[in-house]
Amino acid sequence: MNKTFNNKAWWLVLPVFLMVAFNALVPLMTVVNYSIQETFGNNEFFWSGTTWFEQILHDGEFHASLKRQLVFTGLILLIEVPLGLAIALCMPRQGPWVSVCLVLVALPLLVPWNVVGSMWNIMALPDIGLLGKGINALGIPFNYTRQPISAWFTVVLMDVWHWTSLVLLLCYAGLVAIPDAYYQAAKVDGARPWAVFRYIQLPKLKHVLTIAILLRFMDSFMIYTEVIVLTGGGPGSTTKFLSIDLVQKALGGFDLGPAAAFSIVYFLIILFLSWLFYTLMMREEAK
Amino acid sequence: MMFSAEWWQQPLGSWMAWNRVTIAFFIYVFGSILAMGVWEYFSPGGSPRRGIFRLETTRGDRLFMTHLGTAFIFLAWLALFGTPLWGALAAAMIWAVVVFRWV
Repeated sequence: MNKTFNNKAWWLVLPVFLMVAFNALVPLMTVVNYSIQETFGNNEFFWSGTTWFEQILHDGEFHASLKRQLVFTGLILLIEVPLGLAIALCMPRQGPWVSVCLVLVALPLLVPWNVVGSMWNIMALPDIGLLGKGINALGIPFNYTRQPISAWFTVVLMDVWHWTSLVLLLCYAGLVAIPDAYYQAAKVDGARPWAVFRYIQLPKLKHVLTIAILLRFMDSFMIYTEVIVLTGGGPGSTTKFLSIDLVQKALGGFDLGPAAAFSIVYFLIILFLSWLFYTLMMREEAK
Repeated sequence: MMFSAEWWQQPLGSWMAWNRVTIAFFIYVFGSILAMGVWEYFSPGGSPRRGIFRLETTRGDRLFMTHLGTAFIFLAWLALFGTPLWGALAAAMIWAVVVFRWV
């Protein structure tokens, strides 16, 4: 194949590059600069070296919120990915119901994050909320403002309600893109539905599922708004995830140095886990 | 005095809160990416191969793994032994050689 050596088109990328530089690179670099300095406001800085990193690495609160974050992200991935895939498999692929189903499942994605938090906050209230009162009526004690298990149940349920649709829509798009010839061949061979799923649909959905898992992983690892509106990180700090801890440090305490060090460690964890997911899934692909 | 610890650590104005340590750090990061570009120009293709992790990696992937690994080596050293970080630097250099040679 002949390679074209005209690289003038790269100049057209320059505006985007400058924009990314200013809205992503400059803040990220500033965070790095903050992480090794101390400030008392007034834009004056003092050298502090690795102090903030050591402080964060030995901070019990940070370890606890990291553990909570990993459990939360693991839980919602384990629920949302199979659930989204299962619903996508059940949805009609032609006919008038397609648009109805698509609109219905896309609705949760259109609701702003803080509204999702408020909705679930009211719905899960044990005295007046439909969900809270309903669960209590079944004889199961439920109060998300006091019991950690109830709080976790509500937070996970809220995330599943809000974001399963994303996985579902991606899987649905992947399923629709599979050519009919594959299904016809499977029919000729007399393949059962499970075999069709295992050997046609699942391999064809691999890329879409990789994207879905990566998006849900990164998004859930940075969850803030819904949880802060729903539980505020409570009861106690049982639903205090990494971003809530970070905001409390950065804005609540105005500790810019430790918050910057926290952000860098947080960023590195997300970068590493995303790279790991992507690499492992692509390695399977290469086999 | 030039190149003394104070010289490196001295704040350089309020915009982005720069000091010479972070400037040196970013010169290194962007310099290494630029070096990859130059290397790619003279020897295109990225020399993909399959190393000890059974992963297909190009030179860019290996640089990324080196940098990410280096960050975690330094953090782990800081958590376990604290400062000074010379041991972490030595471990990171060994890691870089291992990645570029065998991964």
